[in-house]
Amino acid sequence: MIGREKLVIETGWCKGCGICAAFCPGQVLEILNEKVVVKKPEKCVFCGQCELRCPDYAIYLVNVEE
Amino acid sequence: MPSDLVHLYMRIDHLPQIWCPGCGNGVIMRDVAVAIDELIHDEENSINREDIVIVSGIGCSSRAAGYLDFNSIHTTHGRAIAFASGIKMANPKLHVIVLTGDGDCSAIGGNHLIHAARRNLGLTVVCFNNDIYGMTGGQYSPTTPNGDKATTAPYGNVDRPFDIAVLAAGAGASFSARGDVYHARETIDIIKRAIRHKGFSLVDVYSICPTYYGRKNRKGDAVEMLRWQKENLLPTARYYSMSEEERAGKKQIGILSYNDYPEYTEEYAKIIAACRGKAKKQGGDGT
Repeated sequence: MIGREKLVIETGWCKGCGICAAFCPGQVLEILNEKVVVKKPEKCVFCGQCELRCPDYAIYLVNVEE
Repeated sequence: MPSDLVHLYMRIDHLPQIWCPGCGNGVIMRDVAVAIDELIHDEENSINREDIVIVSGIGCSSRAAGYLDFNSIHTTHGRAIAFASGIKMANPKLHVIVLTGDGDCSAIGGNHLIHAARRNLGLTVVCFNNDIYGMTGGQYSPTTPNGDKATTAPYGNVDRPFDIAVLAAGAGASFSARGDVYHARETIDIIKRAIRHKGFSLVDVYSICPTYYGRKNRKGDAVEMLRWQKENLLPTARYYSMSEEERAGKKQIGILSYNDYPEYTEEYAKIIAACRGKAKKQGGDGT
């Protein structure tokens, strides 16, 4: 649900392949020095496409409802 | 702190995995974990985590059995289906899932594949098909497309490739499907159907190997290889909505063939029951 989720990056696991950034519908992500960073957090709609295709499990959504 | 899914179903102390940057195998392994998670939490017809066995052979793909936190066994090259067959025969209630690669499954283990398919033994085979032998340095495999380059085919591959899903269906598999890395959600659903299927099920999942196959064949990086999958591998409904000209050079992902051939361990159990009945009539104890 929008507003109740958070995007988390496990920087140590990121290999900088760029898949998440390329297929993010809102161009939220960017690869900087071979690691993913959140460039435009306000554009994130928490669709989870990045988590779905990250081969390294380095980016994911968590529920912060409570 | 990795995600809940990774915590629940993967061996954290073995992670991060050692596959190359952009390798499709990590996505396929996640697809398998999500498929299992959704089946475990299926309210109407759930499966037990303890009943799942992951079997792998040798190759990049086969490292998945070490990363996934289930009853698992990492076996010898090409023999994953052979080991899995033994496990299934000994305890037919188990969901035995074989994680294998194109070389492991269709070259070194080619005979195990076709005979398990012919018998319709109730295994689920998920083939991480990256069109090349990645772990050993990029030699051509049975699925390397004709004309493509590999370490052992520097001027182009002379062989014509196997289509593993079609091969399995031809050998008698009662469930044969194709998935890919880009269409991860669709592939998760296909793997779920395959695990639920009673007979032999095979899912040929097109992986990407940017390091060897991609570089040798100038296919670009991982992102470009996934863009190719997005444009050229089409889910069933979309594939059939296109004209034949539009479909040229494209492939369908989804379930390719499906039937209800009798499952092998069930047929085997019938023979045991019949023989026990006969022995009892003759005064024995049926053992």
